[in-house]
Amino acid sequence: MSEIHYREWGIASPRYWGLLAVLSAFVVAGGCAALYMERQGHWVTGMNNQIVWGIPHVFAIFLIVAASGALNVASVSSVFRQGLYQPLARLSGLMAITLLVGGLVILVLDLGRPDRLTVALTTFNFKSVFAWNLFLYIGFIAIVAVYMFTLMERKAMAYAQGVGILAFVWRLALTTATGSIFGFLVARQAYAAALMAPLFIVMSFAYGLALYLLIMLFTFAADARPLGDAVLRRLKNLLGVFVAVLFYFTLVYQLTYLYSAEHLAFAAFVLRDGGLYTWLFWAGWLLLGMLVPMGILFHPARGMQRGAVILAAGLVLLGGLCALYVIVVGGQAFPLEMFPDHTIIASGYHDGVDGAARAYTPTLPEWLLGMGGFALALLCTLVGVRVLRFLPVALPDEDTRS
Amino acid sequence: MGEPTDQPEDRQRRAFLTGAMAGAGAAAAGAVASGVLLQSIAKAAPRDTPVSDQVRYGMLIDTSKCADGCSDCVAACDAENGLDQLRKPEGADDALWDMQRPRWIREVKIKNNSNGRVTTLPMMCQHCEHPPCVDVCPTGASFRRADGIVMVDPHTCIGCRYCMMACPYNARTFIHENVASQSTQTPRGKGVVESCNLCVHRRDQGEATTACQDACEHQAIVFGDLKDPDSAVSKALAKQPSVQIRADLKLNTGVRYTHV
Amino acid sequence: MSRSDRTAPAGAARAMPGLGLCLACALALAGSGFGGIARAETGVPGSAQADRLEACVAPTPFMRRRHFELIEHQRDETVRQGIRKTDHSLVGCVDCHVRKDSQGGYVPIDAPGEFCAACHQYVGAVLDCFDCHAALPTED
Repeated sequence: MSEIHYREWGIASPRYWGLLAVLSAFVVAGGCAALYMERQGHWVTGMNNQIVWGIPHVFAIFLIVAASGALNVASVSSVFRQGLYQPLARLSGLMAITLLVGGLVILVLDLGRPDRLTVALTTFNFKSVFAWNLFLYIGFIAIVAVYMFTLMERKAMAYAQGVGILAFVWRLALTTATGSIFGFLVARQAYAAALMAPLFIVMSFAYGLALYLLIMLFTFAADARPLGDAVLRRLKNLLGVFVAVLFYFTLVYQLTYLYSAEHLAFAAFVLRDGGLYTWLFWAGWLLLGMLVPMGILFHPARGMQRGAVILAAGLVLLGGLCALYVIVVGGQAFPLEMFPDHTIIASGYHDGVDGAARAYTPTLPEWLLGMGGFALALLCTLVGVRVLRFLPVALPDEDTRS
Repeated sequence: MGEPTDQPEDRQRRAFLTGAMAGAGAAAAGAVASGVLLQSIAKAAPRDTPVSDQVRYGMLIDTSKCADGCSDCVAACDAENGLDQLRKPEGADDALWDMQRPRWIREVKIKNNSNGRVTTLPMMCQHCEHPPCVDVCPTGASFRRADGIVMVDPHTCIGCRYCMMACPYNARTFIHENVASQSTQTPRGKGVVESCNLCVHRRDQGEATTACQDACEHQAIVFGDLKDPDSAVSKALAKQPSVQIRADLKLNTGVRYTHV
Repeated sequence: MSRSDRTAPAGAARAMPGLGLCLACALALAGSGFGGIARAETGVPGSAQADRLEACVAPTPFMRRRHFELIEHQRDETVRQGIRKTDHSLVGCVDCHVRKDSQGGYVPIDAPGEFCAACHQYVGAVLDCFDCHAALPTED
């Protein structure tokens, strides 16, 4: 294979700074929203004592899940020795770090006491999945950083495969733990399923690759770097396969819930009675997030059009946000079943009278915080490709045939 | 219920109390008198030794005595623990605020789906022996004291609310607003989680009751040491069958209910 | 006791909130922080119990530099083990050091110029105990 050349992202300065300004505006808005929430307290959000995690957590978990998925391309090149993907590995690693940082910043700024971050980093309860996650996140950033170094520094290249395998295993552990944040919640009918961990892993494959594709297509096109059809075909087919696997897991997930009497009520809530959550499941998670993108990506004629690929990847992301909203918020909106064979007919504290869902309406600061974290991840990515050599100069078809 | 264990320390204490009561000619007064005695002895001296697992605090709630429409226990808890000092922030939406304001105990009315029987009961932290909120807490702020009280150390709570996700009883609340005034016995600040702590300040002053128990004129709440077979709560538990809420989770709750 | 002594409690300063992201906003908004619950009037000198005592629970130089260690130790014992003796408790600090105004009412101990606030402000150490704890003694 001919040698690959990398160069900093070379788009014109006004355009670059313009992009940074737009993203910075979102980041600053998110920062102000976080400060407002910190000063006032969480009453300025729609989150309450029943829906304790809201829109910020949907964005944060989406980014964290996508972060581990963004590493796919690098993993495929190093672990599974696919030379075709090798030139794309650096961007993959960069995005894995930036997306994770964006998600973690949201989580930290949403804490009731963000000023106690030092407490969170020095005092651990090792029985807590949350504490494990903390180590996995920090370890992930460190390992991927080393991995990037082995990919970018000639003298370290010999270690790239070893570190790449470690990063791959680590990211599987990380997403398993992220899914287990929910899977280990024994008390809630919506969660408490071993399936949560693999579901999150499959989600990370799909969402991470979709986001990666969008950033790759954008950075290449903006800088007029040639991108051959062979690479795009492989990547968009891979995305199609990931979405198909996600579709399968979603099916199994819902069928499991329908089958077990314990979870049946929650399945009925999501599939039929949940109002907004039902809509988000069918229209967002299922139709727009999986069926339409699969139709586009596997379409013999349209599948290779760049606009169509962008649309499909964008829809996968939208579907991902809907899916996480259904899981995170919908799972809390569904009332706790405290008294089997009984109906709660009155409650002094929103216990789901007659099985009614708990209410949640996100407010502006929550949206701003969530989007701010997303913008921060994109901002770091664009700055990264601008100042360091993450992007190959060109990926024409003849260059990528090994 | 938990198996009462006969600990030497308990026996000694009981012997002392029994002697004192006999001397006063009040042996028949039983549990009430022992409570009063304990209170008067210990009130002057706050606890200066660590709590021990020789004691496990718990409650029995007789739902047949709990009156529909009564919320005396809720009001008493609010007053005892300073929850009534909190004010709705200016500009907050009424309905939303009602979901955000803290509450440690609440009244719940349930109907049996098969026979239609209606039961009223108070719900609060169930003080599990194996509390899910303690397992999930990343910093260990959510903890179980040796004497069985499940509570939050507000100094190390970072306000992540994972314990609220894990609690099967919706028993925990988050302080959503700035707190302007606190009483000495119940410090409170924005951004941390809290819940019923069985009036822990009363425990440490050697008092015998909780605020909700004192307030319940129907005597639906009996509080005491589950490990002391002679305590009022142990005797009440021995007398009639009781249940744990979400017994399927095998959390061995410290709060039990009868006639559910 | 003079408060103008150079007593810098090493390590008392707490890490600032991890809000580096929005530092600019923080600076802009910092001015609008908590107004506190300060009353117009300040405490009358000599009106605190402590003013009539020879020494605190430990020699004054020790207390000036390391009082927070005692308080923090007692704090953990109280929360985790239920030990409520008052010799090193925050409640004890407040009860003894709080001053009264000219009407005989207590002035919050974290109000500007009062015992805790005056020294913490002088050395630039964050005083956050009274975000959650009562700054007035219990009225009996």
